[in-house]
Amino acid sequence: MPIQYYIYLCLALFSIGIVGVLTRRNAIIVFMCIELMLNAVNLLLVAFSKVHNTMALAGDKTSMAGIEAQLFVFFIMVVAAAEVSVGLAIIVMMYRNVHSVDINFLNRLKN
Amino acid sequence: MSITQFLFYFLTVLALFSAVMVVVSKNPVHSVLWLISVFFAISGHYILLNAQFLAIVNIIVYAGAIMVLFLFVIMLMNLNASTEPQKNNWLKLAGIIAGGCFLMVLVSLVKQANELNNIAVTMGTGEIGLIKNLGKALFNDFVVPFEISSVLFLSAMVGAVVIGKKA
Repeated sequence: MPIQYYIYLCLALFSIGIVGVLTRRNAIIVFMCIELMLNAVNLLLVAFSKVHNTMALAGDKTSMAGIEAQLFVFFIMVVAAAEVSVGLAIIVMMYRNVHSVDINFLNRLKN
Repeated sequence: MSITQFLFYFLTVLALFSAVMVVVSKNPVHSVLWLISVFFAISGHYILLNAQFLAIVNIIVYAGAIMVLFLFVIMLMNLNASTEPQKNNWLKLAGIIAGGCFLMVLVSLVKQANELNNIAVTMGTGEIGLIKNLGKALFNDFVVPFEISSVLFLSAMVGAVVIGKKA
């Protein structure tokens, strides 16, 4: 598969995530679209790690180049899990205060 | 067309269709279920790239843990299609145009990049995605980030409890 196909796929997923963030008002759906964007980036990182590894294998048959990218994806998932737990706690807190998950209520924060 | 190519196209179409359905579904519960489908498609892509560890972690952490958390919160709040707040249509159109412009600019950028021509992703081979090699790298070269991430988890847990507690 040419690398371009993976780039197009990830760009499309990322753009769908952006459109979701811009067009929806439900805070939970906005949060899910952010997760979608994170996953698009993860997929691109893995695809590029494979490309890097293939190029390194041409010179050295036992090369492990590109393994850092996969560990990076692992750490991104770890941070995303932590982020989701705190973010959902904030959304639950917001729901408790205003009885809605509409993000337009958040503009009360500015006063 | 080989089976790998067929699977690539199938998973791509599944991922894109499910991602669109996440955004357009009126009912938040349906959105969560479509998002799980996106994560399974992405895990399939990881398997095609022979990143087996990441595929399993993606299913367990994302499709398993995080999505169940989302589903819990949505069911706790009793959200459904009738209580769903809607933006007005002009704002929706503006959002779609903005996202479309972003996509168009980046796609044309990739199309012009001659450096990317003739670079192929090898599928179904490679050793770097295997658990053995990733585990060796994780516990030899990346021990400090690994330990720091455990502290991060602890602080996130404490933070979630503090925020969620009735003040």
